[in-house]
Amino acid sequence: MTAQEAVAGVKDGMTIMVGGFLATGSPEILMDALVEKGVKHLTIIANDGGLDAGQPGGEFAGKTSRGVGKLLDHHMVDHIIASHIGVNPKLNEQFAEGTLTYTLVPQGTLAEKIRAAAYGLGGILTPTGVGTMMQTEKDELGRDKKVVEIEGKKYLFEMPLHADYSFIRPTKADKFGNFMCAKATKNFNYVMAGASDHTIIAPEFLYEIGELDPDTYDVAGVLVEGIVEGEKKWQI
Amino acid sequence: MADLKARIAERCAKEFKDGDFVNLGIGLPTQVADYMPLDIEITLHSENGFAGLDELATQETLDVDIINSGGQYVTVLPRVKYFDTADSFGLVRGGHVAATVLGAMEVAENGDLANWIVPGKKVAGMGGAMDLVTGAKRVIITMLHTQKGAHKILKECTLPLTAEKCVDMIITEMGVMKITDNGILVTEIHPDYTKEEMQAATGCELHWAEDLKPMDVSQ
Repeated sequence: MTAQEAVAGVKDGMTIMVGGFLATGSPEILMDALVEKGVKHLTIIANDGGLDAGQPGGEFAGKTSRGVGKLLDHHMVDHIIASHIGVNPKLNEQFAEGTLTYTLVPQGTLAEKIRAAAYGLGGILTPTGVGTMMQTEKDELGRDKKVVEIEGKKYLFEMPLHADYSFIRPTKADKFGNFMCAKATKNFNYVMAGASDHTIIAPEFLYEIGELDPDTYDVAGVLVEGIVEGEKKWQI
Repeated sequence: MADLKARIAERCAKEFKDGDFVNLGIGLPTQVADYMPLDIEITLHSENGFAGLDELATQETLDVDIINSGGQYVTVLPRVKYFDTADSFGLVRGGHVAATVLGAMEVAENGDLANWIVPGKKVAGMGGAMDLVTGAKRVIITMLHTQKGAHKILKECTLPLTAEKCVDMIITEMGVMKITDNGILVTEIHPDYTKEEMQAATGCELHWAEDLKPMDVSQ
């Protein structure tokens, strides 16, 4: 399908997961299609706010914003659930302007909350955040946190994190949707598959079924609803 | 004049042994890698997705699919293993990381750590720090002893915590401190400072090791 077809069902106010870590591994053509469609008031679940134009600093800086940064450029995000909001300056700018709010979740906890939604767990118990604001502040849906003590050790009970859409960038996929992400582009792309009502992938390379050794692929195509062609490797 | 941050990094590098799997935070902790002994094998964790970080990439070695947790393009060792975020933090929480080295805004004498948020100031987020200090076997804090004279090592933290009772060791330009059940034990002091000066720069009572040594550094 085309990127436009993939985002056709996205409506104002929906919750969308976007793979990537500081935009490495983010599905750029799906972000572009969302910008073109012009949906508003999105809740984004991602590790961070992607990159702004000119980031990272120095000789490898991008000329355009990347990943979730594209949505921030167009004020399409009302709320972000992320582990880090300090790199793309637009997050703090829009928070200061009063147009964006955020929920911070530790990176490992964020991955497991998403994984719990994809794989049918009622939540997870993690020692991370015990005795901190992660315990005393409410979660992304305004619920109080529970502390569970098991054999003398305290854990936070963290609820699954589910979305309307997951937008994922594989390096390689076959036409059934089986996919893999190369090197450091895996990040959140694997756990987000299946954590939403609709999982859309935009692979850099799309192969016929059986063309590559099936062991190439890490994630099951049964989780994937749509495959979009045309994603390109990031060019410095 | 001595490079105080280099001194701290040099001393911290002596804390590792052959085979250790280590996570170095952004800033001063990253400098620790420059002083790692070459005769031991250390595997550096990049929590965004691999074990086996090598060094910053150049135009020639750059691969757009390989960044470190600070977003810089980096290279990897031949023994690198890539993984996703869930596996990466499984390694952390599971106690498979021998040590994590981070900076701090405040450390309390019981090992409480505050290094992620100042209420009312611009917020960056904890990223992987809460998981790392909760899960790593050892938490080593590398930092300047005071913030322009203001105490950072305290009886109790005033800022929101990153984790409770997680710090094992603090290395500053003044010396090396271990967190014990009885408070902070100074094991090494740099010859540039007296005990009185180090105590005056600290917001809680320091205890002195019976075999207190000079700080093991070249500068």
